[in-house]
Amino acid sequence: MTALKIAIRHKPFARSDGELNAIENIEIEIAANEFVAVLGPSGCGKTTMLQIAAGLDDDYTGSVEYAAGLRDKMAYVFQSPTLLPWRTVRRNIELVFSNPQDHADTIASLLESVGLAGSEDIYPLQLSMGMQRRASLARAFVLRPQLLLMDEPFVSLDETLATRLRALLKTMLADNPASVLFVTHDWREALSLADRLIFLSPGPARITGELAVTLSPQQRSNPADLQSFRDANATIFRSGET
Amino acid sequence: MASQPINVLGRISWMVTSVISLLLVWWGAAFVIQSRYLPSPQEVFSVLAIELASGELLFHVAMTLMRVAASFTVAMVIGSAIGIAMGKQAWADRLFDGWLMFFLNLPALVTIVLCFIWFGLTEVATVLAVAINKIPNVAVTLREGTRALDPVYDQLAKAYRFSRWKALRHVLLPQLAPYFAAAARSGLALVWKIVLVVELLGRSNGVGFQIHLYFQLFDVAAILAYAISFIVVVQLIETFILQPWQQSVVRWRA
Repeated sequence: MTALKIAIRHKPFARSDGELNAIENIEIEIAANEFVAVLGPSGCGKTTMLQIAAGLDDDYTGSVEYAAGLRDKMAYVFQSPTLLPWRTVRRNIELVFSNPQDHADTIASLLESVGLAGSEDIYPLQLSMGMQRRASLARAFVLRPQLLLMDEPFVSLDETLATRLRALLKTMLADNPASVLFVTHDWREALSLADRLIFLSPGPARITGELAVTLSPQQRSNPADLQSFRDANATIFRSGET
Repeated sequence: MASQPINVLGRISWMVTSVISLLLVWWGAAFVIQSRYLPSPQEVFSVLAIELASGELLFHVAMTLMRVAASFTVAMVIGSAIGIAMGKQAWADRLFDGWLMFFLNLPALVTIVLCFIWFGLTEVATVLAVAINKIPNVAVTLREGTRALDPVYDQLAKAYRFSRWKALRHVLLPQLAPYFAAAARSGLALVWKIVLVVELLGRSNGVGFQIHLYFQLFDVAAILAYAISFIVVVQLIETFILQPWQQSVVRWRA
């Protein structure tokens, strides 16, 4: 069953020297509970595509279709943690609910599972970047999303922390299965997480290839296996590089 | 944190020293000049005590405070709405930019006189005249604040399907809070001074009216007594309401 279908014919991008076409003829379908990673070089239009998918940008030609009721079960994880700095961690997470008092237990247990128990009443600027990212993940998962849109959520973290957060994401998805559209420029990250990869060209963004990831959970955490998989599919990986 | 009480104590002791030194300079000048046009601090404070005991001072200060509160509220509400609209919408910025330039450069006295001519010597004219003088300053401050808003928070509100009210209350207004506080603090300082001029020109009560009355009698001690009492009131509002509020809206930065 298709959870999300994105069809972008044309996405204009205004520049001082005229209008460019940022995205051209992209069609992506994501099945229920499928994890799709979109790989492409920085600035190729991945974030723009994700924003269109989330309904944050409506200046485009094309369509975005969700499975029935899925739009209300969607969560978005931004490139930066995007926590409101004037609200504590708990109050940031509460904000996604209309009646947060009805979800106090869910919030507490999720904060516990992301390792933020005891930090609920701290303001985001007093937290490390890793803790802010975990709070951002908690905010997304507290809604029990069935569709998760993630925009390079672990970018600019050191590898140890990023690996830990990717493991946390896998655990959370095991507890709460969801369709995921995950944007990244890191092929190792994409291979360690996704069921399927979609490669985008640099601007205007076009799909240059797709690849099912046939790695076992053990292979996904082994850098040598990731490298071998990439080498075996070198042509398609190169298509999405600058 | 351990040094904070010392800083507060240090600030208070410097303030006390500053006030005492001002009183000493004043007392010294009055002693040297020996003129009824420069009364000593003791004479002024004795007039102040008499006016306080008679209830006159409280009545006129209350009337002025009421006008300050009304004008301040009107100016903050209208100025904020205009400033936010100008910061958010390019067409509003272009439309109102010329208006802002005009009203920022319009002398307060002209606004006051015109309001009294057009609306009569009424409370409405008083409040309107003062508010018109303050609205452009509030609008400019809030326009800058709105321009500085981080668009990613708008996206957050949209991505998590916040209602308009929720986005306004929890996303937009907290970002603008430091600008509201800045506009409020500078606004209070400006508004009360203009209210006094308006009372001097067209009201039959209030601190400005009393100062005008005592000016005609050349009673400098009474003029200073009313001026000092109102300065104290405004400073109390500033110290116990506006400053703590400003600190509370940015406490998350600590």
